[in-house]
Amino acid sequence: MYLTKDEEMLLESENETVRKCMEILVALGEIYGAERLVEIKSAQISGISYGNIGDAGLEWLESLNARVAVKSYVNPAGMDIEKWREMGIGKEFYEKQMMVLSALKRLGVEMTLTCTPYYIDTPSYGDHLAWAESSAVIYANSVIGARTNRESGISALAAAIVGKTPMYGLHLKENRAPEIRVIVRGIEPAYAGYEVGKLVGASIPFVEFDRTLSKDELKAFGAALAASGGAGMFHVKGQTPEWEDFDILAEKIEVEPDVELGGCEPDLIAIGCPHLSPDELKEVYTLLERHGRVKREVWLFTSRSVMNEYAELVEKIRGFGVRVFADTCMVVSPASERFECVMVNSGKAFEYLPKLRGVKAIFGSVEECIRRAAE
Amino acid sequence: MKLRVRSISRGRAEGYAIVSKKPVSFLGDVNPETGVIVDSDSDIYGESIAGKIFVFPEGRGSTVGTYILLRMKKNGCAPAGIVMKKSEAIVAVGAIIAEIPLVDMPEASSFNMIRSGDFVRINADEGWIEIERED
Repeated sequence: MYLTKDEEMLLESENETVRKCMEILVALGEIYGAERLVEIKSAQISGISYGNIGDAGLEWLESLNARVAVKSYVNPAGMDIEKWREMGIGKEFYEKQMMVLSALKRLGVEMTLTCTPYYIDTPSYGDHLAWAESSAVIYANSVIGARTNRESGISALAAAIVGKTPMYGLHLKENRAPEIRVIVRGIEPAYAGYEVGKLVGASIPFVEFDRTLSKDELKAFGAALAASGGAGMFHVKGQTPEWEDFDILAEKIEVEPDVELGGCEPDLIAIGCPHLSPDELKEVYTLLERHGRVKREVWLFTSRSVMNEYAELVEKIRGFGVRVFADTCMVVSPASERFECVMVNSGKAFEYLPKLRGVKAIFGSVEECIRRAAE
Repeated sequence: MKLRVRSISRGRAEGYAIVSKKPVSFLGDVNPETGVIVDSDSDIYGESIAGKIFVFPEGRGSTVGTYILLRMKKNGCAPAGIVMKKSEAIVAVGAIIAEIPLVDMPEASSFNMIRSGDFVRINADEGWIEIERED
C-alpha cells in the first residue's frame, strides 16, 4: 500500500497509541489490497458495552493516549447511564461501563451512545466514513450514499485517531454493485430484512418492494439484513441513491410471507432497535392514544439527543406506563436477560436476542406491539 | 532456511513452532487463561500455544477474538509470535494491540514445510522468518 511521507512518519511516531493505530490501518490495507488511505469525515465506534469487551478491552482503552482527529461517536452502551437502576443493572457493571466511557471520552470521542448517529449529524453522499455499528454502516451506505466498510470497534477507533481508513471494499464504487436481485411482497420491511439477510448472506442485494418505503422502514430493513446476513449495503429500486448506477441483474429470487414468529407470551415488549427516530416516537404515541395505558412491561429505546429534543413527547409516552431509555438497547444490555420472552418490532433484535441474551423473541409490527401491550 | 514474509504486526520473536493445519478462532478454540487449545476438532487439541510460534493457515469467527489475544497476553499465555498463510482482520488487529509479532504469506510451498517443534525466528520489522530443524 502506498503511504505518503506524513503517513510513514506516523508509523514511526513516538506516541505509541498513534503508532499502533497506524499499524492497524496499514495491516488492514495490506490484507485487503488497499492502494492507499483515504480521509474520513467521521468515525463511529462499536463494542463499547462492558458486557462485550470485558476487563481486557477496558484496560486496553485505558492504555491509549491520543486524541481523535475527526468527529467520532460511540454505539449504545450496556445501560442507560441515568436510569440504570430502573433497568435492573448492578453497581459493578455500572462502574465498569462508566470506566469504558471515560476512557473513550478522554480520547475526544463524543458520548452519543447511539446506533443512529445519522440523526445527530447526517453525512453527505460520497463522504468516506469509518463506522462500526452494522445497522449504521448499512444505512450510511445504502440510504445516504456515504461510503464505509463494516469496521470493528478497534479499527474504527484507529481510523478516528489517524483520521483516515484504508481505501478498499465499499469505499470503491465498483464494489458497491448489486450481486443478487430480490423481490419482496407483502412482508413488513423490518421482518423482510431478516428473511432476505438469511437468503443473501454477505452479498449486496438489489431489492424491489411492492410499495415505497419510508426512511425509517429502510432503516429497519437494513438493520435486520445486516444482522441475519452480513451485507454492508443494499439497493432499493426507485429509492436508494445508487440504484441506477449499475446494470440490473436478470435473475431474481422472490421472498413471500412465510412468517415463523415464535409463540411465546411476551413479558417484555421492546421497541427501538435501531434507536427510534422522532417520527417513530410520534407513531408510538399515536398508537398509545388509540390503545390506552399499557398492561405489560414496555421499553422504548432512543438516543439521548432525540430524547432531549423531544422531552415533552417522551413524558407523554411515559404517561401511558411505558419506560423510555436512552444510551442503550435490548441487544447490548444485560437488562433484557431477566425476561423470558421479548416481543420486538425489529428484525435485528429478533435475530440477536436469543443469541446474545438467551431470551426468546417474537416479532410484530409497532402497531401489533402496542396493541399487545395494552391487552 | 530463511524466507521472506509480509509483516502484519511488527516486532521480533523466536521459539518452538506449534502448527495447526486448520483455521483458528481465538474466541472459543483457545483457553484464554492457559493458552491451551480446547477445540476438540483441532489437530493440536490439548496442546499449549503459550510462548510458542503459533503457525496456522487463517483465522475465523467473531471479532471478539481480537480481545482474546489481548487477554492471553495479559495472562502471560499468548504465543510469542504468529505465522499465518493468509492473515485476516480479527487476528491481525489482535496481534497488533497485544504486541505479538505476526507475519503471513511465506511462499506457499514453504508454509507447509514448517513442523511443530521447529525452531522459528520471526523478524517482522524486516520481513523474514528463519526455520531451524534439529534432525
